[in-house]
Amino acid sequence: MPDETKSPAPPPPGDPKPGTDQPATPGGVKATPSGSVQSETKSTPEAPATAAPKPAAPAAATPAAEAKPATPPAAAKPAHPAPAKPAGPTPIPWDSPLVAKYKSKYGSGLNAFSFLGQNYLEVDRSLIPNILRLFRDDEQFDYCVDVTAVHYPKRERPFDVVWILYSFERNERLRVRTQIADGESIPSVVPIWATANWLEREVFDMFGIQFEGHPDMKRILLPDGWKGHPLRKDYGIIQQDNEWVQINLGIESGQ
Amino acid sequence: MTDPNTLSPPSLETHVAQRDETFLDANELVINMGPQHPATHGVLRVILRLDGEKVLGLECVIGYLHRGVEKIAESRTYTMFNPYVDRMDYVAAVSNGLGYCETVEKLLSVEAPPRAQCIRVILTELNRIASHQLWLGTHALDIGAITPLFYTFRDREEILKIYEKYCGARLTTHAFRIGGLQYEAYEGFEKEVKNFVNFVKPKIDEYEELLTTNRIWLERTKGVGVISAKDAIALGVTGPVLRASGVKWDLRKAQPYANYKNFDFDIPTGENGDTYDRYIVRMAEFRQSLRIIEQAVDNIPEGPIMAKVPKVMKPPVGEIYHSIEAPKGELGYYIVSDGSTQPYRIRVRPPSLVNLQALDMMCRNQLVADVIAVIGTLDIVLGEVDR
Repeated sequence: MPDETKSPAPPPPGDPKPGTDQPATPGGVKATPSGSVQSETKSTPEAPATAAPKPAAPAAATPAAEAKPATPPAAAKPAHPAPAKPAGPTPIPWDSPLVAKYKSKYGSGLNAFSFLGQNYLEVDRSLIPNILRLFRDDEQFDYCVDVTAVHYPKRERPFDVVWILYSFERNERLRVRTQIADGESIPSVVPIWATANWLEREVFDMFGIQFEGHPDMKRILLPDGWKGHPLRKDYGIIQQDNEWVQINLGIESGQ
Repeated sequence: MTDPNTLSPPSLETHVAQRDETFLDANELVINMGPQHPATHGVLRVILRLDGEKVLGLECVIGYLHRGVEKIAESRTYTMFNPYVDRMDYVAAVSNGLGYCETVEKLLSVEAPPRAQCIRVILTELNRIASHQLWLGTHALDIGAITPLFYTFRDREEILKIYEKYCGARLTTHAFRIGGLQYEAYEGFEKEVKNFVNFVKPKIDEYEELLTTNRIWLERTKGVGVISAKDAIALGVTGPVLRASGVKWDLRKAQPYANYKNFDFDIPTGENGDTYDRYIVRMAEFRQSLRIIEQAVDNIPEGPIMAKVPKVMKPPVGEIYHSIEAPKGELGYYIVSDGSTQPYRIRVRPPSLVNLQALDMMCRNQLVADVIAVIGTLDIVLGEVDR
């Protein structure tokens, strides 16, 4: 842990990127009372500077021996960006009091990154309802901005489920991401944030991901009898449920 | 008595029956409203469960305008997708474009030049006024006041004329480009914007004269569709609806984007979270938008209007979320890039969809006529709800 804290510190903030996404503002809703929060948000924009050249991230990873090794999601992630774009910015480890607190609690089930000044957590699926509840109750992330998903068909666990959270108190955004397998369900966060109701229904509609404990899990945008989940990558752009169209609209095909 | 089972598609009764065993209690009536109903502002279908005139609960059926915008994005380049965002909230196309362009700019780590940012702010704030004018006209019309519709549409026309002169389009403007602007402000742009500000200021007083102290208006809006700050936050409600419940939160101040931090303006808030307060908040927002426009139009910096953006955009691998304060609330874009020219995934966080979710809660134990008022006060656009 201490190695991690050191690694982002030394490089000078000379990189032009960090300024682009600075969420912390003095003119926020409420004056943020805790100084620790402010310092945490400030530390983030400095972080991308370390990552600008690609080698920085692995270099930081080596000293932080205990943080890196036993985490499949972390291993999967850097493998993605590395070959494709050596020049651009890549996600770098993110360190903050919040991360340290939950890291000590959940260990390798949780990894924190920062990309272009935005922070996100990759957490193990098993932590899902609990850690989100703690974020709301203990960390004031009282507003769930969005629940969504991304499909990576070639991956072993092809779905990313993403929660975008916001805290009015800290004026801070946080993304939480987890990977799940095809056909695997995930606990609903409706008991935590009521707003997730329709958002989870839309994820189900578009990706076919089931949310356990959702009060009313059914399609929202597409008709109830529709077959297929359009935002899966294997669903073609002009594909549709011809049978449904034929029965309900009385035409051969909508195309 | 007609059997209700023959009136509605099968999915409905099964659903209602599952949710509440008291379904078809002797006093209970299920009524279908929409999708083709003039007061639903598009194609929203609401299934109402009534006891006499009292609303026991309702369910929204949406998706009639679903065009698969997020799917379309996956087969378009970043530039090609830009005009599509205008078609979501089509009465605030400029705001949609601002949110999208800024998100991609963040992903590319470029920033629009100051001149472009200033013109963007002017056009976006004009759009906020246009959107609120459309809201006011239709909302008042729904409740029974016909005149404001003519007033607001007459004045909104002036904004559309400015857009038309600027980029050739009135509604789906595609005014912004990733990296800045395509078009320089036309000859006399500043003057026309200033003229508009001076023209519309007394008009807003005129709208207020018609409604603010109108007894029928007060009776129809005071205490109707109340939502507390706590509930609003739990339901993810944003924009004027949240502010009317007393939460002083506006993304232009909380997490400033474009160059909003250079402008001096207030965040109007309400206290009671009812339909009347939401009306008052939006009326105040008219004036705040005019304030921003006045400051911006006097200080448009000279310089380029387009940042250096590659012709073929290949953002780095990664994902980003950025949101703006659209006229209806927090409009966010979540973009996942795989390093190619096409976005891997674009998720739009539509304020209308999330705000509409509060309708059920806000209408409970209200009269059925108030459902119309509450739909109006939420200021939804079905193009954005369904995408």
